Amino acid sequence: MNPTLISRLYTALRRIRRFEEITAEIYPSDRIKSPVHLAIGQEQVAVAVCDALSAEDWVGGSYRSHAMYLAKGGDMAQMMAEMYGKTTGCCRGKGGSMHVIAPEAGVMGSSAVVGTQIPVAAGYALAARHAGRGQVVAVFMGDGATEEGCYYETLNFAALHHLPLLFVVENNGYAIHEPLSKRRARPEAIHEVATALGVPATVIPDGDLFAIREAALTAVAALRRGEGPRLIEAQVYRWRQHVGPNEDFDQGYRDRAEAEPWMQNDPLARLAAQIPTADRATIDAAIESEIAAAVTFAETSPPPAPEELFRDA
Amino acid sequence: MPEPRPLRYVEALREAIDQEMTRDPSVFLFGLDVDDHLGIQGSTKGLVEKYGPDRVFTTPLSEDAMTGVAIGAAMAGMRPIHVHIRMDFMLLCMNQLVNIAAKASAMWGGQVRVPLVVRSMIGKSWGQGAQHSQGLHSLFMHIPGLKVVAPSNAHDAKGCLIAAIRDDHPVIFMEHRLLYPTSTEVDPAPFLVQPGQARICRPGQDITIVGISNMVQEAIRAAELLDEVGITAEVIDPIWLRPLDIDTILTSARRTRRLLVVDNGWTMCGASAEIVAAIAERAPEAGIHARRIGFADTTCPTSPWLEAHFYPNPASIAATAWNLVHPEAAPWQPSEEQAKLAYQTQFKGPF
Repeated sequence: MNPTLISRLYTALRRIRRFEEITAEIYPSDRIKSPVHLAIGQEQVAVAVCDALSAEDWVGGSYRSHAMYLAKGGDMAQMMAEMYGKTTGCCRGKGGSMHVIAPEAGVMGSSAVVGTQIPVAAGYALAARHAGRGQVVAVFMGDGATEEGCYYETLNFAALHHLPLLFVVENNGYAIHEPLSKRRARPEAIHEVATALGVPATVIPDGDLFAIREAALTAVAALRRGEGPRLIEAQVYRWRQHVGPNEDFDQGYRDRAEAEPWMQNDPLARLAAQIPTADRATIDAAIESEIAAAVTFAETSPPPAPEELFRDA
Repeated sequence: MPEPRPLRYVEALREAIDQEMTRDPSVFLFGLDVDDHLGIQGSTKGLVEKYGPDRVFTTPLSEDAMTGVAIGAAMAGMRPIHVHIRMDFMLLCMNQLVNIAAKASAMWGGQVRVPLVVRSMIGKSWGQGAQHSQGLHSLFMHIPGLKVVAPSNAHDAKGCLIAAIRDDHPVIFMEHRLLYPTSTEVDPAPFLVQPGQARICRPGQDITIVGISNMVQEAIRAAELLDEVGITAEVIDPIWLRPLDIDTILTSARRTRRLLVVDNGWTMCGASAEIVAAIAERAPEAGIHARRIGFADTTCPTSPWLEAHFYPNPASIAATAWNLVHPEAAPWQPSEEQAKLAYQTQFKGPF
């Protein structure tokens, strides 16, 4: 496989993994003043989809959006400062980890109430189509969001209006602690509903990064041709808590044995194995220093002044 | 310059949208029935023919998602006008309006704006009943980040709608079905009725009556009844409920020392509660006696015999005002014959 591509995907994935691992390390110190929903174990979806997008395209997502933000080109230091509650953060300290945004990189802003960004992304897609410059929009959601009414409503509207909108379902099998089997009579219906409403869907059952990327490239090409929305359902696994820095296999709602096949199939390790050791060391060192600089930026930035409370309100 | 001419409320709405769509190609209009042969009682009539189906289009019955679509399009640089035939349906939009539209600017650090207008119509009479009659403005007034406006006449309908479309933040634009056929002088050129500026509709010495939405018209008729018993009422239309021009109301109430707020909604936690509380906080020394009236504290009935007791009307407003001015005197009611002249023409079905 193309070594440039391997190196690019590895860098993107490693950057996100290490950013979140360091976030988890800092977390017990309480210097990060925000709930954190880590994507560790499922970051490849954002990496694969964003690799198929161009700089002018838009992405939107949920409270678990560090991966999407970084993969699309959001500034790392500003996101770290945001989690520290500093004015230099991407939301000037008013959004935290759940509401990251980077308009300059096409990150339209993430939202904490499950599913809310799905129709908002359709609005961006409507505006993109109106502008006529061939931009597309990808909206990321978990399996839980596909149970919200706006998921169905937006699939229908996007299909009706042939919107350039890619629905990306990161199906990790759990909504907080509740498995799909307790929430859906037919767990396979997530993508079937899309198809029934006129949105062609592709399922990636093993969360394979390259398969997601291929599906995204095909879908984005169709969007740019004006052929209407597409959906990708990537089945993945979340390694950490729903919210917080730790693992939670001791909590009783899921078993480590369920996670182990996913961990053994870690896309980051698989990519790493394809890169010469010396090259990898260079990439890794650059990532470590970028993260260290982001942490320093966050820690040395001033806290917001009281008058910031009413700014932009 | 063309002179102002009489225009109906519904035509004023249409003129505002038409002029703004001509001026700014980012303005678009959508909602169930905006492009049908009736055109929302005429307020959107002919616009699809003029601007095409990309800028004027109907929607699936998906109020939640359609509100999200409007918000996303607004954040991406467009200026949507989203129309609801009845305000009651806006309860299906609350997540998007409260969690995204109102908060986007602050929550995302000022990096986005939501220039969105949500038009909705409040029904009354001919069996509108529980779910076609609600004035839900106080729900929206509660939320920082939303503007709320309730124009009571054709002039303000046009000026407020243009101001709302040009505003960079979301505006909840409340219309009232019974105001649609009413006419006032309206300037043919575009003009703005800006947020946060109340209007004194008629001057008076004895009592300040604040009316909201359709209740401005009812309050003006009540004031005419009060004239006949020697009470001059100053009637104030706040026009914009958020931001609310409390200073104009305060100046008047300080002088009359009597304040009656008549709302087109319930009094509990309502706009009238906010206005009276704001006055009480600002003028504890002024000895202002205040009363509130609004919808009866129950569900709106469909039977006209019951509905007659549900809404404030010119007679009940005048009687309440009399009591505030003459607390020691025996209660007074305008005669039925007099009151009848003051009553609004109600509309006849089906819709």
